[in-house]
Amino acid sequence: MALNITDIKRIAHLARIEINEAEAEATLSKLSGILGLIEQMQAVDTVGITPMSHSQDVVQRLRDDVITETNQRELLQSNAPAVAGGLYLVPKVIE
Amino acid sequence: MINNSLKQLGQMLAKKEISSVEMTQTFLNRIQQYNPSINAFITLDTDKTLAQAKLADARIAAGGDEPLTGIPIAQKDIFCAKGWRTTCGSKMLANFIAPYDAYVISQFDTAGAVNLGKTNMDEFAMGSSNETSFFGGVKNPWDFDRVPGGSSGGSAAAVAARLCAAATGTDTGGSIRQPASLCGFTGLKPTYGLVSRYGMIAFASSLDQAGPMAKSAEDCALMLDVMAGFDERDSTSLNRPKEHYTRDLNMSLKGLRIGLPREFFAEGLDANVAKVIEVAIAEYKKLGAEIVDISLPNSQLSIPVYYVLAPAEASSNLSRYDGVRYGHRAAQYDDLMDMYMKSRAEGFGAEVKRRILIGTYVLSAGYYDAYYLKAQQIRRLIADDFTQAFKKCDIIMGPTAPSTAFKAGEKADDPVAMYLQDVYTIATNLAGLPGMSIPAGFSNGLPVGLQIMGNYFDEARMLGVAHAYQQVTDWHTQMPELKIPEVVA
Repeated sequence: MALNITDIKRIAHLARIEINEAEAEATLSKLSGILGLIEQMQAVDTVGITPMSHSQDVVQRLRDDVITETNQRELLQSNAPAVAGGLYLVPKVIE
Repeated sequence: MINNSLKQLGQMLAKKEISSVEMTQTFLNRIQQYNPSINAFITLDTDKTLAQAKLADARIAAGGDEPLTGIPIAQKDIFCAKGWRTTCGSKMLANFIAPYDAYVISQFDTAGAVNLGKTNMDEFAMGSSNETSFFGGVKNPWDFDRVPGGSSGGSAAAVAARLCAAATGTDTGGSIRQPASLCGFTGLKPTYGLVSRYGMIAFASSLDQAGPMAKSAEDCALMLDVMAGFDERDSTSLNRPKEHYTRDLNMSLKGLRIGLPREFFAEGLDANVAKVIEVAIAEYKKLGAEIVDISLPNSQLSIPVYYVLAPAEASSNLSRYDGVRYGHRAAQYDDLMDMYMKSRAEGFGAEVKRRILIGTYVLSAGYYDAYYLKAQQIRRLIADDFTQAFKKCDIIMGPTAPSTAFKAGEKADDPVAMYLQDVYTIATNLAGLPGMSIPAGFSNGLPVGLQIMGNYFDEARMLGVAHAYQQVTDWHTQMPELKIPEVVA
C-alpha cells in the first residue's frame, strides 16, 4: 500500500514522535522504500501455516505468587528527570 | 601479550607472570592511545575497572580463580552494569546510570572477569555500520575510512585493534557476525534462549541474543561457558543442563557433512568474497569434511520478514521511553502529550524513528494480519527450511556478509541498501539457530568472514569445526597495523 504525508503524520502521532513538514517528506520516501521491500511477503501462500514466535515453542513459566523484589525507589528514581516526595512529576493532566 | 589467547592470558595470571592490574592497565593504555581515533568505547571508568582487577588479583592469590578471572573484557553498551552509564548508543539514555546488572554482566563478575568499559554501538542496536550511534561512528581498524559493521561496531573494533582481550555483543539480525566478518575475528550468536536477555536493553525481543566476540573459536568457547545459563528473570530463557563449550574443540572433521545453501552463493555476493569462501571450503575438504548441496528456498524472504517483525517489536519495546521515569525529557513542552512527542523526537535518532514508525504502521488497526501475522507464518517456513537442510548435513556454511567493509557514509542515506548487509545472517535469527563468523582471508586487504551455522544447541560442535580450521590457518591471528601517531604525553 502506498503511503502519503497524512499517513506519515498519523503514524508519527500514534508513535508519539513529533514530526515537522520537512521530516515527514523525507520519512515518506524512506518508509516507502522499506515497505516496498516488505511487500515481497505478499506473494507467499501462507494459508494454514502456524505463526512462529519462539523456535522452541516454549510456554510462559509460572512462579509462586511471592514477593521477590525489595523496595529500591530512591535508586530507581535517581534516573528520573523530575521527582518530588518519591513521586514522578509530569505536566498537569487534570484541570 | 595483546594477541594472546584467553587461555594464554589466564595461564600468565595463574603463574603470576603478570597481575590482573598490570594486564588491565596494558589494555587501558592502548585504549588511551587509540580510542580517540577509533571511538570504540562510549564510557570508560578506570577506577571501577582497576578496582575489579585488584579484586581479581586477590582471588587469584587465594587460589579461587576460574578461566576468565582477571581478564579484561569490553562490554557492549547495551548491557546494564550497576553504577555504569549505560546508553545503548542513544541520546535518550545519554545520562542513564544502570541501577542493576544484566545477567551477562553478573555472570562475568561471578567469573572474576574485569569490565574494561562500555563499547560503542548503533543506536538501540539498529544498524549495520555503527553510524547511527549518538556517540559517533567507529573506525574499522583495518581501514579508517571504512565502517566496522554493526550494530556491535565498538566491540568489533576493540577486538580487532586488540584494545581488549575479548568483548560481548548482541545479534538481532547479524550484529555480532557481520562486524566479525568486516573486522576479521570470531563471533558467535548462540541459539535463541541460551543467554539470558535480563538487563540487555530490548530491541526485538523474539530475536535479540547475546554472544561472544573474540580472537578465536577457543576464546569464544571460554566466553560462552560464562555467558550461557538459565535465568528465570528472562521468560524466554531455556532451562537446560549447563554445557562446557570447549568439549568438542579437538573433534575430528572426518565425515562431517557441510551443507552449502545455493541461495547464499547467488546474485548479490561480491565475487572476491565468493573466492575466499571457496578456498575456505576447500580447506575443510582437506580436513575430511564432505560437501553437500542444500537449498534454503525461503531465505530470500528473510529481510522482508525481519523488517516487519523487528520494527514491530521495537516500536513496542521503545514505547517505554516517555521522558517520565528515565531517559531524555525535552526542556520545553506545553502538556503531557507534547512532552512525550518532543522528548521522543529529540531523544531518538533518524533510523530508530524510522523503525518505530514502520513498526507502529504494521501493528496499526487493520494491518496486523497482513504484516505481523504473515511475517510470523513465513518465519515458520524459513525455520522449516533449516530443519529439512539439517537432515542432509551437520553444519551449514556460507559467506557472513555480501561484501567486505564499506566506506563510511556510503550507505548511510539508503536504509534498504544497508539492510541488505544482513542478507545471510538474518535467517538464523528468525529460525532461532546459532551462527558464527570466523576470519577466512582477505580481499583487497580487508577481512572476509566465513559463516558457520549449526542446528539448535550445536554450539560446541560449531566451535569445534571453527577451531579445526584455526589449527591449520592463521587468519585469526592476523591483526591490523594501526597507523595512528602515538599520543604525545
